[in-house]
Amino acid sequence: MASLVTTHRPRRTAAALQALSLMFGLLAVGGCASSSSSSSSSSSAAMAAPKRDPRVGLKAGVADAGTALWNLRMVSNTQPSEKFAGVTNSDLSFSGPYAIQGNYNGFQVWDISTPSAPKLKTAYLCPASQSDVSVYKNLLFVSGEGFGGRVDCGTGGVPDSVSKDRLRGIRIFDISDIANPKYLANVQTCRGSHTHTVVTDPKDSENVYVYISGSAPVRSPTELPGCSRATPDQDPNSALFRIEVIKVPLAHPEQAAIVSSPRIFNDLAAPPSHGETPEDSARAAKTAADARAKGAFTAKFGAMEFVLPSNFVDPMLDSIVKARGATGAPTGADSAALRAGIPDMIARMTGSGGPKTGPTQCHDITVYPAIGLAGGACGGYGLLLDIKDAANPQRIGAVSDSNFSFWHSATFNNDGTKILFTDEWGGGGQPRCRATDKPQWGADAIFTLSNNTMTFKSYYKLPAAQTPFENCVAHNGSLIPIPGRDVMVQAWYQGGISVFDWTDASHPKEIAFFDRGPMDSTKMVGAGSWSVYWYNGSLVSSEIARGLDILELTPNPLLTQNEIDAANLVHFDYLNVQDQPKLAWPASFVVARAYLDQLERTNGLASARIAAVRKSLAAAEKVSGVARQSALTTLSTELHKDATTASDQAKVHLLAGMVGELAKSAS
Amino acid sequence: MTRTRGRLTRAGLLVAVITGCAGRGSTARTGVEPAGTAQPAPVSPAASTTAHDVPSHTAADAKFMTGMIGHHAQAVLMAGWAPTHGASPGLQALCERILVGQRDEIALMQRWLGEWHEPVPAADASHDMMPGMEHMLMPGMLTADQLVQLNQAAGPDFDRLFLTFMIRHHQGALTMIKDLLGTTGGARDDNVFKFVSDMNADQSIEIERMTGMLAAVPPQASHP
Repeated sequence: MASLVTTHRPRRTAAALQALSLMFGLLAVGGCASSSSSSSSSSSAAMAAPKRDPRVGLKAGVADAGTALWNLRMVSNTQPSEKFAGVTNSDLSFSGPYAIQGNYNGFQVWDISTPSAPKLKTAYLCPASQSDVSVYKNLLFVSGEGFGGRVDCGTGGVPDSVSKDRLRGIRIFDISDIANPKYLANVQTCRGSHTHTVVTDPKDSENVYVYISGSAPVRSPTELPGCSRATPDQDPNSALFRIEVIKVPLAHPEQAAIVSSPRIFNDLAAPPSHGETPEDSARAAKTAADARAKGAFTAKFGAMEFVLPSNFVDPMLDSIVKARGATGAPTGADSAALRAGIPDMIARMTGSGGPKTGPTQCHDITVYPAIGLAGGACGGYGLLLDIKDAANPQRIGAVSDSNFSFWHSATFNNDGTKILFTDEWGGGGQPRCRATDKPQWGADAIFTLSNNTMTFKSYYKLPAAQTPFENCVAHNGSLIPIPGRDVMVQAWYQGGISVFDWTDASHPKEIAFFDRGPMDSTKMVGAGSWSVYWYNGSLVSSEIARGLDILELTPNPLLTQNEIDAANLVHFDYLNVQDQPKLAWPASFVVARAYLDQLERTNGLASARIAAVRKSLAAAEKVSGVARQSALTTLSTELHKDATTASDQAKVHLLAGMVGELAKSAS
Repeated sequence: MTRTRGRLTRAGLLVAVITGCAGRGSTARTGVEPAGTAQPAPVSPAASTTAHDVPSHTAADAKFMTGMIGHHAQAVLMAGWAPTHGASPGLQALCERILVGQRDEIALMQRWLGEWHEPVPAADASHDMMPGMEHMLMPGMLTADQLVQLNQAAGPDFDRLFLTFMIRHHQGALTMIKDLLGTTGGARDDNVFKFVSDMNADQSIEIERMTGMLAAVPPQASHP
């Protein structure tokens, strides 16, 4: 837990000081943040975030809010179309040149082939919250959860508490002609669909699956037959403690139907929590040890050690004395017997029974079919699911975290060796990035993933304090396909957009940001980036109140032009971020140079050698055919040899591999 | 254990008022006018209310918000006792989160009511504590006697009592949400729906967490 906390604390303290000084009408304390980086060398100082975080103190406004950008460029901001203006924009999905933006009033399709001037292709009025969107080939799926969504897409809402007109579930559209979406069908579910995840099964080309998530209340069986709010022990068909899997036959999408309702939460025992617990248990252990030294009795409950009160201990000592047929004061042997027996006694007292616990639903599930796994953000847990049989996901791991409130979403790194979960503490409507809000609350938690075991490494939270009038908490983001690094762009509502590197799972680090001032300087008005995803070179952000933002990365010491260009070699035909695609880079000189830039940044290879390799690469690029192939083959072999003595052996091997691929492609 | 703290009496509870709630005394509490000519800013995170023809302000919603402010205020009062009543570190962390979370929600509900020109109740835990008025308590709320009992507990006893009461208190909030959703006109606005859904999710998770914590509290001392 602690690593990120210490990384963040100086800057947050600085932000808090600034906030305080502003409150008292003083000048901002210039340079107070610099104390945290005073040990940095001049070169690393150039890589550090701006000293006085420009995100603090931005002017409020809807269209004219102050902005702060670091290592990013704003390419365009496009206002919603007429019937969508003033209504919540939600999630994004992409198909070809189009960004599909969900909205509580339906969805808008933007042609973003010219990112500086997105063009509205269509605005489809069909109210439902949250209108989470996904695409697959010619199909568009839209979630409906709230009570106001109508089967007929009408705008009148559904006033009755039970009504056949209500849509809670998913709508399916044919977008073969994207300017004229055709409403094909819907699938109603007991709890509606807060989010959903399109799941492709590599072995099943005839169907696509949709996992339905959401923790909204179960509706009446009068409205949708078979929906039961009872607990599973009262009713085996309970709509609680399960997810819904919809199977969509691609030849007949109108026949989409629920195919299974896996009870992935069954027998979910609370896994050991961490977070503050190590410190807490250390403190408790010390108190207990001190008390034991004075003769007190202690017991462990989970990770915590407690001092047992004498009115708990005395009767037990008495019974031990009685058991040996004696009376009077207990002896040292009696005390020793009690000490030895306490763990068993506690186990008997706490070990069995108890009410059924566990989440009753997931908020969102991110599937990564290439590795056969999914990350489920479910109630108070982060779950690891085996999805090799897409229709029947199985839980294979679970984590919880005492600092996490509401597990919201998951992102794998490309290698599948890490998983990041977000905590949407407060649901997204609350200002949870104030200087007073803990950096480990409402944050991301980063886990390494090995043999299906998740191990906590650190938290990442937007490192700039926001005002009480800005809703802010960890929200949706995606990987940026920079080869050799795990870099993610993430939305933080009115906290803006943060790009961070989590290659080192224990030390995530921000490398770029964008932020606007609050909507209003006197009160909370909800807004901000709902989601921001990398799509074919653009960072596309759905701003709840301010439309569609498109940004792009600008080169800087933390992210070079080569790295940006290498990322831009990746091309998606379509993208649902929760159906995570495996990233792959073609053989390219720019990818090799991106690796070299990374080695230079981290001193992963001797600088003289890096310079020499750059020269060799440039020379090879100038020639062709056999000459190029031979030069690159030699270079690749040399690099593999270099790797054995380099400080970043893995990266040098990666570079050597890329040079080898280039050699092959030269023939 | 040496600890200085005033014993809160039943009489004292009548004047126990939550201080420091975000909404109190701030401009957000009352008199906030909707910006421009737009519809009143609704419950976050929407920029504005749904544009379709769903009524965004119903009597059922206003009644819920009004009642929930008092319900939250009691949770804030209870959670505020953790540091002074020898609560375990785990419980103190939970209470801190309840304090932050429910104070923010109180501010939001006060703002919502103010913007719809409804009476805005103070976040005052004494409101429903009048002796003889316990029958008017909202679901899950503690009686004045139970509050005194909790306030007099310390250490593991406080943990156990707090968790027992707060689980019930949270379950009461879930009941209030369920009732709202089952009422004609309740939470038909998407933003109100989102707000209560978030509250429903948060409190469900906290109930689960507290249930686990309660099972791990040292057992109550036997009284021979």
